[in-house]
Amino acid sequence: MSPLVSIRQLTHTFGRGNLRRPVLTDICLDLAAGEIVILEGPSGSGKTTLLTLIGALRSVQTGSLQVFGQELRGARKTRLIKTRQQVGFIFQQHNLLSCLTAWENVSASLRLHSRIPKRAYRDRAVAMLNAVGLGEKVDAYPEKLSGGQKQRVAIARALVSSPRLVLADEPTSSLDRQSGREVVDIMQRLAREEGCTVLLVTHDNRILDIADRILSMEDGALDSNRYNMI
Amino acid sequence: MVKSVLNALNIYWQARKPLAWAQLTHRKARLLAAMLGVAFANILIFTQLGLRAMLFEGVTLVPDHLRGDLFLVSAYAPNIDLGSFPRTFLYQADAVEGVASASPLYIGFADWVNPLDLNRPSPSADSPQSSFELFPTSVKVLAFNPTQPVLNIPAVNQQIDRLTAPGAVLYDRLGQEKLGPIPSLFRQQGGVSTLMNNRRVYVVGLFSLGSTLFDNGHVAMGDWTYAQWYGANFLEQVTVGCLTLEPGVDLEAARSRLQATLSPGVRVLTQVELAAAEQAFRASLPNGKVLNFGALMGFIVGLVIVYQVLYTDVSDHLPEYATLKAMGYSDSVLLRVILQEALILAVLGFIPGYCASYGVYYLLANITRIPLTMKTTVALQVFILTLVMCGISGAIAVHKLRSADPADVF
Repeated sequence: MSPLVSIRQLTHTFGRGNLRRPVLTDICLDLAAGEIVILEGPSGSGKTTLLTLIGALRSVQTGSLQVFGQELRGARKTRLIKTRQQVGFIFQQHNLLSCLTAWENVSASLRLHSRIPKRAYRDRAVAMLNAVGLGEKVDAYPEKLSGGQKQRVAIARALVSSPRLVLADEPTSSLDRQSGREVVDIMQRLAREEGCTVLLVTHDNRILDIADRILSMEDGALDSNRYNMI
Repeated sequence: MVKSVLNALNIYWQARKPLAWAQLTHRKARLLAAMLGVAFANILIFTQLGLRAMLFEGVTLVPDHLRGDLFLVSAYAPNIDLGSFPRTFLYQADAVEGVASASPLYIGFADWVNPLDLNRPSPSADSPQSSFELFPTSVKVLAFNPTQPVLNIPAVNQQIDRLTAPGAVLYDRLGQEKLGPIPSLFRQQGGVSTLMNNRRVYVVGLFSLGSTLFDNGHVAMGDWTYAQWYGANFLEQVTVGCLTLEPGVDLEAARSRLQATLSPGVRVLTQVELAAAEQAFRASLPNGKVLNFGALMGFIVGLVIVYQVLYTDVSDHLPEYATLKAMGYSDSVLLRVILQEALILAVLGFIPGYCASYGVYYLLANITRIPLTMKTTVALQVFILTLVMCGISGAIAVHKLRSADPADVF
């Protein structure tokens, strides 16, 4: 079976001229379907940049990056947008829309998929919110939710359209120990149920146990590329 | 039962409601401020257009109330009040095939004295300055042959017999107040007498026409009285010739026959053209340009207000928009959200703006005694201007959206 994400000799730099500075150097990495991978490392090591590249939020400069079997290097904008629609994102901040209720926020990612009928939105969103333990808060606005609850809504939003790949960037960093634990447990359980691949960036070592594989990154390079490819 | 239906409707709406609506209505206070901003711009535009309408509508009062199919005016006259042509042309026109009647209208100006000033006690010897107290006001005189009525004002035509008496005039009750409380005096005394061009006149009836920014009021009189005032020679100089055509005669054919017969010094116009010529004349004066400029200023102020509202809204929600972009919303979808917000604001702001302007018009009409009504065409015009205004603001504010970089959300 071909890997869901396949990265070869990926190098990325920021800045121009004298300020030019490499962020990622020669990354090689495969992500298989259904695995949970944690990417850890000190801040500034390029973890987030790698995540945004995989999520088609940045253009690939050099090397090869394939997501769902599609090469993203030199891809058109519409291809990038299509790729983003198939990825579930969980951000460091919950980034919920304050003007929408919990379930409306969740359905915002359903609206991107025209094959899902509008009348199914509410049922799917409520089912997802139940799955993250927020069945009581379906019609609440984000301002009425605690930090952990908001992050759980964000997880529901990322997972409701059944993406094959979920990218999470420090989802627990703004949460206390207990809610952080709850959030990653929910992520792990749902990823297993849905069979989706999760790439989780963190430097929170309390949650490393949910991973199938742990990669660590330093100065823009994965510590040992030998183990990264399947 | 009702509750569950409402609930179902709510869910139906929630799944479909535009994001723009949600963004706008979430912060009620801000929405209110934005609406007031748009409404304020609307009131500005409405008021300027209203003043402009006052200027332009009022000037067509006389042309609009003439009776006839075609009208003769001097080709050299810049507008209806200024200029006349020899009465011979009217007789010539009457002889043209298809013309049923040709009636003259004489327009002149006269100095009108407020009758209350006449009744004041005569100045005493110790205050010589007050001896010159009679300061007359100009009124527009509409004179015609009572047997050939040319005004399409029912009140005038019903009282037309009274105009045959010497010195008899009909007075426009919508004249400016400085002309004196003629309508109430008339009602109390059954007749009012005052001085016009230093001759005694008797108000024998009232009618309603309306004053304009240029004319304080109107007085209708018979041509015989008119000749008494200005001399019989003045009857030879007709201001407007009102022609009635025989039934079934083609207007354009009659017009070309008339134009061929008559001297090139006379123009043949339809009623619409007569009114249009009057408006064009006023529009060429600085007043018209000033008020057009005022309306433009209102438009620009509205533009800035709506832009501010939308810009702030986009800036505040930038992380949210970046999130949506990261989730896979395309730029064009978000662009549409901003434009929708702009259009929703336009509609929501127009409603209070329209209502307030209605009040402003009422107030203006009451203060100035110049007829001013909210016309559907003007309202439509302002509404379209509002849509354009909000649309442009939205289009500018959209630029801010480009700074929402989806890669920044991490």
